Amino acid sequence: MTTPRPVLIINAHLVDPLTATETQGAIAVEHGVIHAWGRAIDASAPPEGALVIDGRGRTLSPGLVDLRAFVGEPGAEHRETLTSASRAAAAGGVTTVVSMPETNPPVDDPAVVDYLVRRAREKAGVRLLPAAALTKGLNGKEMTEIGLLGEAGAVFFTDGARSIANAQVMRRALTYARDFGALIVHHVEDAFLADGGVMNEGELSSRLGLPGIPREAETIMLERDISLVRLTGGRYHAAMISCAASLAIIARAKAEGLPVTCGVSINNLTLNENDISTYRTFLKLSPPLRHEDDRCAMVEGVASGLIDVIVSDHNPQDVETKRQPFAECADGAIGLETMLSAALRLVHSGDVTLPRLMQALSMRPADLIGLPQGRLLKGAPADIILFDPDEPFVLNPDTLHSRCKNTPFDGARLQGRVHMTMVGGRVVHEA
Amino acid sequence: MTNLTATSRLFPHRHLLGIEGLAPEDIIQLLDLADEAVEVSRQVEKKKATLRGRTQINLFFEASTRTQASFELAGKRLGADVMNMSVGSSSIKKGETLIDTAMTLNAMRPDLIVVRHHSAGAVQLLARKVDCSVINAGDGQHEHPTQALLDALTIRRNKGRIRGLVVAICGDILHSRVARSNLILLNALGADVRVVGPSTLLPPGIENMGAKVFTNMREGLKDADIVMMLRLQRERMNGSFVPSVKEYFRYFGLDAEKLAIAKPDALVMHPGPMNRGVEIASDIADGAQSLIREQVEMGVAVRMAVLEALSKHLPNSEVRP
Repeated sequence: MTTPRPVLIINAHLVDPLTATETQGAIAVEHGVIHAWGRAIDASAPPEGALVIDGRGRTLSPGLVDLRAFVGEPGAEHRETLTSASRAAAAGGVTTVVSMPETNPPVDDPAVVDYLVRRAREKAGVRLLPAAALTKGLNGKEMTEIGLLGEAGAVFFTDGARSIANAQVMRRALTYARDFGALIVHHVEDAFLADGGVMNEGELSSRLGLPGIPREAETIMLERDISLVRLTGGRYHAAMISCAASLAIIARAKAEGLPVTCGVSINNLTLNENDISTYRTFLKLSPPLRHEDDRCAMVEGVASGLIDVIVSDHNPQDVETKRQPFAECADGAIGLETMLSAALRLVHSGDVTLPRLMQALSMRPADLIGLPQGRLLKGAPADIILFDPDEPFVLNPDTLHSRCKNTPFDGARLQGRVHMTMVGGRVVHEA
Repeated sequence: MTNLTATSRLFPHRHLLGIEGLAPEDIIQLLDLADEAVEVSRQVEKKKATLRGRTQINLFFEASTRTQASFELAGKRLGADVMNMSVGSSSIKKGETLIDTAMTLNAMRPDLIVVRHHSAGAVQLLARKVDCSVINAGDGQHEHPTQALLDALTIRRNKGRIRGLVVAICGDILHSRVARSNLILLNALGADVRVVGPSTLLPPGIENMGAKVFTNMREGLKDADIVMMLRLQRERMNGSFVPSVKEYFRYFGLDAEKLAIAKPDALVMHPGPMNRGVEIASDIADGAQSLIREQVEMGVAVRMAVLEALSKHLPNSEVRP
């Protein structure tokens, strides 16, 4: 690949997660990395051959780093390919996507990691990085080759939407992973307690006649995991928490100094169980949408920094898995392309500042997987986006780039649109 | 018994998907129409022409002898051509979604589809995709509106009223669509509703749904006018939700001794099919206070009433918007 031409973006509102500052100014990109940024950049003399972009009225920030997306390649290309996922990500301002290992075959072998890394380089405009399975065949029993998979390029280890029921397996994995400094990411749900449940357990589930999933299915698993982290010292990340009680557990673990972090799905931050209304299957999710009180607690968690990252939990499901009665349809919603607009609701409501939001969407997830992205820093890769945080629109699913249209924001009023996405100094999306 | 308002008022709904969403006057209209249907059904000439030329499909994804028979008779008595389709979930062609099934049936231009499905919300989903009227004959653990209506009709004909009556719904409330529909209907008509059962069989938040909760049946039956028993599914009897049939019958089965705690003129109901000796003693089921057989008769009448109420909204009807 040739070296990308220099870029100078002027008159933009710059948001830097690292310093948590917002300034008016310019940014210079050379050789695909950030060369300089700020108020003091001389916009009058761009380097020779430079692409000059006027960012007037637009906000510039590091691109989003999404730690949780189900892509479908290999094995379910009818739902999503690396190419379609990459287009959706670029349109949504996501410059790095971590794909989940629940493919066919699953990502439990270094050869599959290698395949995904190579293929992503050919097919994807954004950075697509694979997460590897924590257990062979995602069976929850024997751990995978954590060392070799990591060398091949797996950024962390998880069984995706599946929980490790067996505490001994989790203990050994945490212990072994510690030697490699590997990060273990876990879907915190007690499968026995959640068994048969399809939505949050409470008055609404009783009214709808749907079996519920109690919050305790999450807190029990989280408490167990944190005890095992205390025992082993392994690096642990709870993939998505959904209720106020879990937040309290995370707060105690962090106060204790344990190597524990957590994420939240964009859906649990911006929607609640009432959105299911008349059995809308696109809102059947795992973890389930909870009560409004829980959603508010999640927002506070992001504002305070107790919740480290926000993920899209992008999960393309097509007609045959979603056009079914609520209890029988598959879990999941697409989210790569709407994550930023939906998350900006928290900024517009005054609950979270823009720099803080970009920390959770960009810097912290980059930190967790050891990437230099997620900040405006000289020498860091120029993975940056230009967006208008106020631009209103009504979401039309047909305009989305994902192969599946199972968006929970179908017809929703959103604010905030991405106008340019740049990865390594190259423009991969313009609107 | 002719009630002018019942027949002249336009029933304001195109489908009957649940009791929730019906106004009290809608419910009363259906009960009044059902009273007339009882008279028709007791004549030698039982046939009316209300649905002549209309096609009614009974689409049952879950086996049910009595509800299906009841809807079939009701449709036939009103002159409709009735077709029964039993779709065991195993026989559904793999890959065909419920919506595909709905579109296929819709293309055959039925006027009414009566649906029973094992999943909550399935009937609503289907109703959104077809052009005809849809009647919910039970969806998962959500609602079973015609059962609640027939129960209300039975109560009203025996007690003369519903307002102010103490109705104890007993047993497996958690898994019961009958309990949900009854709870909503009886509250709408001003009854004092109680639910009685072991805590493992009570849904969360039930106390906010207009019911007083009792986990002791003796307390729950005190001063009751109506004792409504629910069926306990066999797979829930042995250690999963209750330890054993023996223990369940001891604490929650209706026998003469427990019934004596209710009012002396209390009446006993059961939506059927019964598990004799599990939730109800045989002598009580067949006893003088039992309305169980009358409920079956009222079932046909109520379904005739519902079909008649919806008849003005069928495809190509004049009042159809």
